[in-house]
Amino acid sequence: MSHQSAYEPKTGIEKWLDARLPIVRLGYDSFVDFPTPRNLNYWYTFGGILAVFLVIQILSGVVLAMHYVPHIDYAFDSVERIRRDVNYGWLIQGMHANGASFFFVAVYLHMFRGLFYGSYKAPREVLWIIGVVIYLLMMAAAFMGYVLPWGQMSYWGATVITNLVGALPVVGEGIKQWLWGDFAVGNATLNRFFSLHYLLPFLIAGLVILHIWALHVPGNNNPTGVEVKGKGDTLPFHPYYTVKDGFAIVVFLLIFAGFVFYLPNALGHADNSIEANPLVTPAHIVPEWYFLPFYAILRAVTFDFGPISAKLGGVLAMFGAIGVLFVLPWLDRSPVKSMRYRPIAKWCFLIFVIACLGLGWCGAENPDNLVFEFGGFGMPFVVLSQILTAYYFAYFLVILPVLAYVEKPKARPESIEASVLGSSPAAVPAE
Amino acid sequence: MKRFIATFAALAALATPALAAEGETHAPEAYNWSWEGPFGTFDDEQLQRGFQVYQEVCASCHSMDLLSFRNLGQPGGPFEYLPDLEHEGELINYPNPNDNPVVIDIASRYTYTAIDPETGEEIERQGIPADRFPNPFANRAQAAASNGGAVPPDFSVIVKARSGGAEYIRSLLLGYDSEVPADITLLPGQHYNPYFAGGVLAMGPQLFDGAVSYTGDTPQTAEQYATDVAAFLAWASEPHMEQRKRMGLGVMIFLLIFSILMWLAYRQLWANVKH
Repeated sequence: MSHQSAYEPKTGIEKWLDARLPIVRLGYDSFVDFPTPRNLNYWYTFGGILAVFLVIQILSGVVLAMHYVPHIDYAFDSVERIRRDVNYGWLIQGMHANGASFFFVAVYLHMFRGLFYGSYKAPREVLWIIGVVIYLLMMAAAFMGYVLPWGQMSYWGATVITNLVGALPVVGEGIKQWLWGDFAVGNATLNRFFSLHYLLPFLIAGLVILHIWALHVPGNNNPTGVEVKGKGDTLPFHPYYTVKDGFAIVVFLLIFAGFVFYLPNALGHADNSIEANPLVTPAHIVPEWYFLPFYAILRAVTFDFGPISAKLGGVLAMFGAIGVLFVLPWLDRSPVKSMRYRPIAKWCFLIFVIACLGLGWCGAENPDNLVFEFGGFGMPFVVLSQILTAYYFAYFLVILPVLAYVEKPKARPESIEASVLGSSPAAVPAE
Repeated sequence: MKRFIATFAALAALATPALAAEGETHAPEAYNWSWEGPFGTFDDEQLQRGFQVYQEVCASCHSMDLLSFRNLGQPGGPFEYLPDLEHEGELINYPNPNDNPVVIDIASRYTYTAIDPETGEEIERQGIPADRFPNPFANRAQAAASNGGAVPPDFSVIVKARSGGAEYIRSLLLGYDSEVPADITLLPGQHYNPYFAGGVLAMGPQLFDGAVSYTGDTPQTAEQYATDVAAFLAWASEPHMEQRKRMGLGVMIFLLIFSILMWLAYRQLWANVKH
């Protein structure tokens, strides 16, 4: 794409096709010959893992859609029928339900990697923004997918989340009913969620192509954050990274299989095995684990802020937590990409990761429960989530912008080759 | 992990005596089930006894709408293997549950309403293995009316639908002899059970020593009944568990070998490349 094409059609048919549609050339230049920094570590394997999981989700989902019935009277039973009576339905449904969780495990690690190595910085802002759009669509697809089995958590999760839209002034009620297609979450809602749940993965697949395109124009970032300068810095993607990504994919699949075959319900919630009942509210409505940090941010806003009600404030904070990612490339102005060479940012990033995990913990708990109690003094979870939410936003809006000016970065290597070969790159000939 | 959480919750409850009101819900009692662990399988005889307890006790109120009689004889089901009457101590496998004499016999004891295709009139016919378990009530309203307003939950996926699973079911069934705490007042038709969230439920104690007659020499105690029926319900919630674990072993071994090969290929390829 951005580099000189090294593809040489050898057979007659290859030459014939190459003159008409150079698709083999595109594949060769993108995934065989593509010059890739030689120092990529295992944190860089999650892109490949995500591509595999997108395929797993689409394939298993297409088969599930052949058996699923999107109707409030039959949806719950049809999912159980898949698990009981469809040949290997328990396997396909188990892969799809657990696959969603593993998709998010991979995407979070992929995003944290990008945050740590500064992969969002110039010239990769568009690459990063496409990634955030993919993440947003993944969340929408996962949320609507979780509604489809029409269990108690499906129904009440859908009710809680769609009701958030009602917090918007003036237009909120109207939009809410437009989303529902009714005056409450019901059959119309289930039908449109099924339709959109089937649509979104294909939009994601399209965006993944753009994501890879936007990756291949500037090329990969790498753990040093120093851009590729010469041939000695890179290796062809195949076989070096096909084999490294391949190894990581198989290990990730091994863990995935452990869940699918031995703990198929561990990541789910028992209440979702109870059919949806609009008359019975579960004692404790919680989203799937991958939404818990955002759920904690939503519930952390417990106070009115001027004309903004606490509910609207929570909704704005929740969407703002993702929205801030879009402008991150312009918030962090430090010229140093990799936090390996940013002594203060490194620690702030570590605390950021802990804050995200902590928010996940808060999201799973009842806000009034106590984190700890000591001699009559205790801290409820809502306070912890407020502290962590404050840090989450401060990291992007204060810490990174300020550090760009006050932090003194450590010395960076001359080039990737120099960092790999040590202090005397000239002494060793490249390859 | 669940036990760890339960222990942790118990410790947390001890550490905060102010919160531990007397009506606090108890964590289910731990029990060592035959199907635990990656190689654990259901005990067919236990499933058969559990089905008997369900049929004779629970089925008068609790439906199992998602189960058909054929499920009882499917691979991994309670009656897949039957004792061979001609050869002492041997078992016969019935790969097709529709041919399974026990399944046919169980189904035939029920009658179903059908439409006579010739006349279009309603007729009564004998149950067949393909029939669903009969629902004890005609509709939800009748179920609620017969049970003081509380609809008895369907048992098809009850073990998956309760945190604590089979241990919760077993503990609940055996938890009725606890003393009612002072802060709980029971209305007529209500019962106290510390394993139930909130402590108060409409279902009274159901299992008593000797209430169900087992054919073998298994103890006929309430505890044994509760354990057996919890096992049966665990199977009903996950009827393909054994197949799942069996296939899982093959997949895990395959992926493990595959990952080792990938690792070796990676080492080989990168051996002379500085990175």
